[in-house]
Amino acid sequence: MSNRLRHFRQTLTAAALAAALAAPLALTVPGVAAAQERGGTMNIIVQPEPPILVLGLNQQGPTQTVAGKIYQGLLTFGFDLKPQPELAESWEVSPDGKVYTFKLVKNAKWHDGKPFTAHDVVFSTSKLLMETHPRARATFSKCEKIEALDDYTVQFTLKEPFGPFLQAFEVSSAPMMPKHIYEGTDFKANPANATPIGTGPFKFKEWNKGSYIHLVRNDEYWKAGKPYLDDIYFRVIPDAASRAVAVEQGTVQQTQFNDIETFDVPRLKGLPNVEMTTKGYEFFAPLSWIEINTRNKPLDDKRFRQAMMHAIDRKFIRDKIWFGLGRPATGPVNSVTRFFEPNVKKYDFDPKKAEALLEEAGYKKGADGTRAKVRLLVMPYGETWTRLGEYVKQAMKRVGVDVTLETTDAAGWVNRVSNWDYDLSFNFVYQYGDPALGVTRTYVSDNIRKGVMFSNTMGYSNPEVDKLFAQAAQTNKDEERQQLYSAAQKILVEDVPVAWLLEMEFPTFVDKRFKNAVTTAIGVNESYDSVYMVKK
Amino acid sequence: MPRIALFISQRLVKAVFVILAIAVFNFFLVHAAPGDPAAVMAGEAGAADAKFVEQLRQQFGLDRPLYEQLGTYMSKVVQADLGYSYRQQRPVFDLLMDRLPVTLSLTLTAFVLALLGGIALGTLAAMRAGTWSDTAITVVGLTAYATPIFWIGLMLILLFSVNLGWLPAFGTESIGAGYTGWDAFLDRARHLVLPVTTLGLFYMAVYTRLTRASILEVRDMDFVKTARAKGLPEWRIVSVHILRNAILPVITVAGFQAGHLIGGSILIETVFALPGIGRLAFEAVLQRDYQVLLGIFLLTSVVVVVFNLLTDLIYSLVDPRIEVAP
Repeated sequence: MSNRLRHFRQTLTAAALAAALAAPLALTVPGVAAAQERGGTMNIIVQPEPPILVLGLNQQGPTQTVAGKIYQGLLTFGFDLKPQPELAESWEVSPDGKVYTFKLVKNAKWHDGKPFTAHDVVFSTSKLLMETHPRARATFSKCEKIEALDDYTVQFTLKEPFGPFLQAFEVSSAPMMPKHIYEGTDFKANPANATPIGTGPFKFKEWNKGSYIHLVRNDEYWKAGKPYLDDIYFRVIPDAASRAVAVEQGTVQQTQFNDIETFDVPRLKGLPNVEMTTKGYEFFAPLSWIEINTRNKPLDDKRFRQAMMHAIDRKFIRDKIWFGLGRPATGPVNSVTRFFEPNVKKYDFDPKKAEALLEEAGYKKGADGTRAKVRLLVMPYGETWTRLGEYVKQAMKRVGVDVTLETTDAAGWVNRVSNWDYDLSFNFVYQYGDPALGVTRTYVSDNIRKGVMFSNTMGYSNPEVDKLFAQAAQTNKDEERQQLYSAAQKILVEDVPVAWLLEMEFPTFVDKRFKNAVTTAIGVNESYDSVYMVKK
Repeated sequence: MPRIALFISQRLVKAVFVILAIAVFNFFLVHAAPGDPAAVMAGEAGAADAKFVEQLRQQFGLDRPLYEQLGTYMSKVVQADLGYSYRQQRPVFDLLMDRLPVTLSLTLTAFVLALLGGIALGTLAAMRAGTWSDTAITVVGLTAYATPIFWIGLMLILLFSVNLGWLPAFGTESIGAGYTGWDAFLDRARHLVLPVTTLGLFYMAVYTRLTRASILEVRDMDFVKTARAKGLPEWRIVSVHILRNAILPVITVAGFQAGHLIGGSILIETVFALPGIGRLAFEAVLQRDYQVLLGIFLLTSVVVVVFNLLTDLIYSLVDPRIEVAP
């Protein structure tokens, strides 16, 4: 199954590459060139409504999708997670993996007309993002110095090699921010935050709060002839049923991430006017799991956690709760992320094995058939997770574990999980293309921090794992990193610090008249400078 | 007349204390919910470190002791300053004013239509009690009252928007259509038809039942018999004699509901994607945007107090036996 998938992916990647190569040639063929003509308006759902659009200050999912059209990063990433030029036209890495030199495009301009230069890059990475962006802070604090060699050359010197350093230049990980607007100001209180200024193909025009965000074509965009669309409206539609209607009626031409509830997906897939794809999320590669507080009894026992892996049917979850979206997870790394290790201990769905493990761990059945009681704090992120909670309760009941479901809202959930006040919960986390960026943080013991969400909230600690993850990040030799990450994955799968569920896939629905919407691993967060509308 | 002036001024003085007490109570109420805005934003970002949350708490002033936060808030409230939403980077007053027109055009229209329709239908049903038209009105009213409001909304969308294609399903205007003048007005009106109908049906059911019950009580009283014996025409008996005496309970409920008009309707605004105050409030709850939530509570409490006062005044107009007393 996974082989076939990989083959499928390779074929698609090859096709995408071929299309990319063919594009410049196509311009010389009049008939084909006419297809990519200017004009057209795209309506895209944005849900929930972002609080602000300044990507350097807020990296919430919907903010990334909207602001990805306004701001840009130095690099973007293909479906294979290999870097591609964006604001950096070329880059070099020194053999010791400590010095990264970027050559910038020379004709990029901010939306207010000022030129984009190396000084903006230095300011963004060494000042602004260090202050406001948790992920960028983690990466750029590894730099010894960041300097502009000239107006269009930037050099990053690292204290020690860091394998996934290039991944840090994707637009949401390090959006380039205008120095002339933010230098010397209180970034978060800057009045300019109401009218974001980036280098991207679309400019901010109007935000009718609660209703829509209007972006218009940047006529001064640095890629000649682009973008093709005249404007983009991001429409706020808070009710899931209404969003599905909007797609059916053609009021909106695109939805992404979890805009459409999973149970609506099969119905919308059959519509004649839209196409569905699950590509374009490779950079995020979310992995879902049952979060396990390993401090609490009986969850501190490895055998209990292994029993959970056997008791829960991940294929059922994929087919019946996620309606076919995603792949059952086999371990801590999503198989589309780099350094995935397939040869790990397998936990097939087998309630008998689960019961045997529970017996062995000393959890005998009581008079009422119950071996143990645990609480499950259901993640308040929509109907699907509620159904998952109900399934887990049933599945655990079959092996004699009594699960009490607890509900809360987003604030309560973050508050309780980050302060370790739970037994079981759900979670899903983005992997950002490299284990050092998106996987390590969940399992290493120096990231056990009370009050911090998406840290090692389970309290899992294994010195061997800590060592492997630390070593793997500090080299940029891929074979070496693969060995270290493979070893770490094998240990983790044996220890079950969380019970992995699915390598999640999100459905992107795009109106068939709009082409090139999903071309890279960041999919809908891409700048959309090459999206065009076929007119009839 | 001075009696009325005295009554109003005394009520207004009391109202100020009531509203201040409500503000203090609200403050503790919103802070009693678990988590805070910093936690919500950390959850939404999908990544966080200790500094991220700490910075947010500092920016929102949440690192201060609660009594100090209360002091800051109350000192602003007495200056009629509703505070600032750090999440949305805008003053709360501006946020409310942005949303108010949408909410009022929805709730006021629905309210007025429901009130007029409800009284008319209720009267009709009561005067023909026991006939098929009474039964029909009662059944429709009960159904509208008992059916979940969002479901009615979705079904109306399905019928009139998806299947028949007559009316737009959501939003307040055709975005990007660039209408001006009369066209823009018509466009907005078309967008309001379904939400107003949905919300109006619910209110109307209440008024219909109230009016009907109240009229049934009044219509056999002695003074009605006297009026009839005098040979007054039926329409005059109904409108002047019966309705005027039967309307008080309707005014009570209407006054009560009018106070809540400004709060909007969370369900209607969500289903029809209307950017109104109800949705603002709902989102503020989930996001723990304390300032916005407190602003909405305060505004609502002011309106409720004002409408209670108005209701009392209207009582004395409709029924001279009721006197205002300070």
